[in-house]
Amino acid sequence: MTLSRTGLVGAVILLAVIMQVAVFNLVAVNGVVPNLALVVVVAASIARGPQLGAVVGFTAGLLIDLAPPADHVAGRWALALVIVAVLAGRVRGDARRSPLAGLTTVAVCSFVGTSLFALSGVVLGDHALPAQEMVQVIGIALLWDLVIAPFALPPLIALFDRTRSAELAY
Amino acid sequence: MARKRFRDVKGASLGRPLSGYDSRTGGFGRARGDGSRLVIGLLVAASLGVITIDAAADESSPIDPARAVVGGLVGPVEATTSGIVRPMRETIAYLNANDELRADVARLSAQNSQLRSQVEKTPLDRNRLEELDGLTRTANKTGYAMVAARVVGMGPMQSFSRTVTIDAGTSSGIRQDMTVLNNDGLVGRVMSATRSTASVLLVLDTDSVVGGRLGTNNEIGFLRGRGVTSDRGRLDLDLMDNTVVPAKGDVVVTWGSQNGKPYVAGVPIGKVESVYSTPRELAKQAVIDPFVDFTALDVVGVVVPRDTDGDRLVINGTGGDR
Repeated sequence: MTLSRTGLVGAVILLAVIMQVAVFNLVAVNGVVPNLALVVVVAASIARGPQLGAVVGFTAGLLIDLAPPADHVAGRWALALVIVAVLAGRVRGDARRSPLAGLTTVAVCSFVGTSLFALSGVVLGDHALPAQEMVQVIGIALLWDLVIAPFALPPLIALFDRTRSAELAY
Repeated sequence: MARKRFRDVKGASLGRPLSGYDSRTGGFGRARGDGSRLVIGLLVAASLGVITIDAAADESSPIDPARAVVGGLVGPVEATTSGIVRPMRETIAYLNANDELRADVARLSAQNSQLRSQVEKTPLDRNRLEELDGLTRTANKTGYAMVAARVVGMGPMQSFSRTVTIDAGTSSGIRQDMTVLNNDGLVGRVMSATRSTASVLLVLDTDSVVGGRLGTNNEIGFLRGRGVTSDRGRLDLDLMDNTVVPAKGDVVVTWGSQNGKPYVAGVPIGKVESVYSTPRELAKQAVIDPFVDFTALDVVGVVVPRDTDGDRLVINGTGGDR
């Protein structure tokens, strides 16, 4: 991947994280916002495989962990999103085949990602909520991700595909 | 067998066409190359490493410089983005307000007639009002100096923490562990500050503990956030003296910490909504309804030392809004 393509991917990650923090709180439900970064990671994994997906997931996760106003132990989102990338990469063939499969992948990844983050919080005793409320947050997050997936996933997959075709040319 | 064949292909991105290669293997057919596995393994290990380093450090984490760098870069972008979408935010608020206004008209006209009957008692109350006015003036004179800031970012609830970014930082004299409040009451405290932004831990957060004092009998206790913002967040109050039963509607103010860090004294937090006791604990617990509407945070004030010299105007208690 050339430098400019890497920059493009980086910009997409940055934009997703900023949107989550500064824009999506317009539409937050109980404070839960669409997890655009997670959809970006799923798209990267579907389009380019788990390896690039994991790199994107790690970068996006670490950015969420470090960018203000994050307060939790750093690395928790990074870990969750790397696992999400691996998961999405495993079903990438199917996920491309039909829009419904793509949506299902996002739903499963959203559930797994937020749950993993919640679990790491419980293990570390870092911002752990009562289980019932965590489940509620995970549920709302899943619905939000399903709402934005039809709009965000296809263009993102197309974008990551473009970074691949450039690689083929070299 | 197919798996075996693909396993020998090194690297995940050799440009092999994607369609049709794993239709018979039920979606889990793609065996990744060793390189891919190595990268993923390294990234998982890196994540775990970062978590360990950050979780093991108690006061100053080695991750803090990285946080400062990312905060310095991302913070201004958040502020700019928030500024761009502000008109949108106001439009949405306006549309929501329209519905609420209709209900308000009904409620207010009922209240109005009630108030009219109260007007007759005014002369009696006037003396008390003057006293109160005097108290307010005193409060104003001893009041705190503040720097005004706007909320530009809100941490997603998916992170299970309640934090916001404000658009003022160390260049305006804001440091860690300063009290943040708004017109209604206590908002939270500054967790970290970069040059132009600061992160604020809301009192709603489960990690937030505030010393509180009951308005009527000066009993002290600790307020813990519940972390939820289902419409309005709530706080739990544990009183030190377990014989005291807080009265419903009683106001809770901050008790204040040494040197006003992280909380200055006397900031209203909320009022007692209900009282309950658990068999496990002797003390009565009270649920506090905070005065601040955390879903609609915008302009907040950060309490700074009186002699603060920064790039923003310091509002002093004497002539301020409070």
